[in-house]
Amino acid sequence: MSKINFLKPDKENLNTFLYLGSFLFIISIIDVFLNSFFSLNITGFLPSSLSFLIPIILGFIGLHFIRIEHSGYKFLDQVNKNINTNNFNAILSLLIIFIIIKSIPPVLSWFVVDASFAGDSKDVCSGTGACWTYIKVWFRRFMYGMYPNAEQWRINLSFIALALLGSVGYFATEKFKKYLTLYYVVIYPFIAFLFIFFFISGGPIFFDFSYGIIAAVISIIIGFFIPSKFKFYYFIFVPITLYIALKYFIFYEELIELGKLDGLNWVETGAWGGLSLTFIISFFCLIFCFPIGMAFALGRRSDFPLIRYISIGFIEFWRGVPLITVLFMSAVMFPMFLPADFFIDKLVRCIIAISLFEAAYVAEVIRGGLQALPRGQYEAAKSLGMGYWRMHIFVILPQALKLVIPGIANTFLALVKDTPLIFVVGLLEIVGMLNLAKTNPEWLGFAMEGYVFAAIIFWIICYAMSKYSYNLEQKYKTER
Amino acid sequence: MNLKLQKIIPQLITVLVVVLVFGFFTYNAQINMENRGIDFGYGFLSQESSFDVQFSLIEYDGSHSYFRAYLVGLLNTILVSVIGIIIATILGVIVGVARLSPNYLINQFAAFYVEFFRNIPLLLQIFFWYFAALRALPLPQDADAMLGVFFLTIKGLYVPAFVWENLNVFLYSIIAAIIAIVVIRIHARKVQETQGKQLPVFWISVGLIFILPLLSFLIGGVSLSFEIPKLKQLAATSFKYEGGLSLPPELIALTLSLALYTATFIAECVRAGIQGVGKGQKEAAASIGLNPNQVLKLVVMPQALRIIIPPTTNQYLNLTKNSSLAAAIAYPDLVLVFAGTALMQTGKAIEIVSITMLTYLSLSISISILMNWYNKKIAIKEK
Repeated sequence: MSKINFLKPDKENLNTFLYLGSFLFIISIIDVFLNSFFSLNITGFLPSSLSFLIPIILGFIGLHFIRIEHSGYKFLDQVNKNINTNNFNAILSLLIIFIIIKSIPPVLSWFVVDASFAGDSKDVCSGTGACWTYIKVWFRRFMYGMYPNAEQWRINLSFIALALLGSVGYFATEKFKKYLTLYYVVIYPFIAFLFIFFFISGGPIFFDFSYGIIAAVISIIIGFFIPSKFKFYYFIFVPITLYIALKYFIFYEELIELGKLDGLNWVETGAWGGLSLTFIISFFCLIFCFPIGMAFALGRRSDFPLIRYISIGFIEFWRGVPLITVLFMSAVMFPMFLPADFFIDKLVRCIIAISLFEAAYVAEVIRGGLQALPRGQYEAAKSLGMGYWRMHIFVILPQALKLVIPGIANTFLALVKDTPLIFVVGLLEIVGMLNLAKTNPEWLGFAMEGYVFAAIIFWIICYAMSKYSYNLEQKYKTER
Repeated sequence: MNLKLQKIIPQLITVLVVVLVFGFFTYNAQINMENRGIDFGYGFLSQESSFDVQFSLIEYDGSHSYFRAYLVGLLNTILVSVIGIIIATILGVIVGVARLSPNYLINQFAAFYVEFFRNIPLLLQIFFWYFAALRALPLPQDADAMLGVFFLTIKGLYVPAFVWENLNVFLYSIIAAIIAIVVIRIHARKVQETQGKQLPVFWISVGLIFILPLLSFLIGGVSLSFEIPKLKQLAATSFKYEGGLSLPPELIALTLSLALYTATFIAECVRAGIQGVGKGQKEAAASIGLNPNQVLKLVVMPQALRIIIPPTTNQYLNLTKNSSLAAAIAYPDLVLVFAGTALMQTGKAIEIVSITMLTYLSLSISISILMNWYNKKIAIKEK
């Protein structure tokens, strides 16, 4: 055995250093562990400041001793490479390990050990832990808002049906695959709208609006069979004509009758709320903001200067203002801009406002994708004799959208995270319901549980969305 | 002829639609305002506002004008944004660098932080800090002093205030130091270009920025003392701190959540920027004999900053716009004071909402113009 230099561990005395180092390191971990789980202080005989620092000193020396390169032990090399490359890293690693050990007992005791789950009144929540009873009692309110308890099956049924209809794409055979875009862009949103219009609301609240929807859907379906040359004029004129025709000439009375389904009570939108409202708003805004954003992205890259300037103005306006002022506008300013007898429901105004707002962001993201495409793609499409719409639908947009999947996913995530802002117009989704519940005199003092609950739900939704978008990105990644 | 028509007609139709929509709106607005007896105009800005604001940077009470109230709100918004941006930048850079650390524990910790705070709505975080976390703080009379002078209580954070004498001399000395540093830098560059020698600019700068203000204390008659907040009993159970600076809990909750939330995005920008600099660049720089500091300063940072700065500015803008969420916890920012209280009192919905939107709009457009200019300036000039 050669001479031992404690400042410079070397390979010759590997075992000595290894035993000594891991012994010190383990001692330090045990000290912190006992301190945090059993509140024992094994170094209590020392002065308090020294006793406080002793784990980190011991751990530091221990890690210093085992920092030997090419030791021949695979595990040791891994440890050194990952957490123990130099003194600074060693201290940081130790600190993180200690913080984790220190924070486990309080977190665990708050969440599980000292928490109360049973019962249905405030009395059971006397411990120091969380009061999950509060969540349990208020669960229906957090999920459905003020929607009457007896009618909540309507929301559940609609969501289940829509989820099933939405998953059609996974089961479609090759033969039907080409219709999927049409299905997801036009038919599925329409079905969803009908579900929410007839089933969840059970009344003719969106009434003036529904003509427009019907007109737009009919014209889009016909539009697929129109030669691309006339498409632009077609999409401007036909929906308007159809709308007027529907409203003033054809089955006006019948539609009103159709709006009132027998046997379903009308639930006004003010009573909707909770997580289901978050879903409804995010869903519709997602559907609306995407085509609007696409239109403005194309408009911004258009050859027509006037259309380009209008698009730039639209995009920069919505991107420059905070969403909360947009919602303010939709609440206090927008009614002033409409005829006095013309009423648009609060929820619809909200959906329009958020859709336009997010559409500007979607437009910028899609523009990024359009810019990234090489000019050759445009020229190749044109040389095949494709017109503007055909070129964009079949050649440009599929490639551009593929490129910007992460950006679009981020915008959609931002949209979901922005939905709580609708408290501005008095609609209460889950965060708003939490604020309402926390001011209930029977249940004062449980704000923390509510926020943690909502945070977990949002976190799961958003994390799942970002992971899904990552998968999509990988799936559609093409070599370029 | 036909081609020209094809170009003009779509534009005409679009403009017609836009004009029709706007005309429809203004027409309705006029009729509605006539019916309700509201007149349009910005004259109300000079009227007496007669409402109070909890927290204000400039002198303000009910006898001041609405315009003054607007300024109060704007300044409060700017205050939150500036503090938030500073904290978010520091935190974001640290976390972004930590995510690239070779240390497994550190980069996982940073990744956890980013994934955690990014996926929770900002409003929820603000509510959490304001209604849950800060409410758990002690009452003023029970608060323990941190470092002897800071008091963190349920009513806010009380910090010592600086009491300056001859503050202007001190400021002049700092300005002088900055000018001296700039001059020395220019000189050092010249020396390097002509003689190839490198002056220790960094240490000279550090010395100057410390020594000159210190001199102003010793010679210039500047003195600094602290006014430490003291507990004062108002009634049997009501206590209050007097003296010092008090930061209301709304401000703390707002800046904290804005900074923690935006830092995650800045961290991602920083990470992308550093990863965007190719390994070959560093190796090439090292192989021509630059030392690690010079590699960082002359090769890596200029390239990384080119990638980092544009998205980060975007995040700063987002933070500023997000600060309007202050309205939810009653921090008197632009939206709450002006688009909230002032609107309720005057009923001038169109004027007030338009002023508020224009303020934010001009802020973000001016920053994006600045950004475009900067982008053009630093863009790689290819031949």
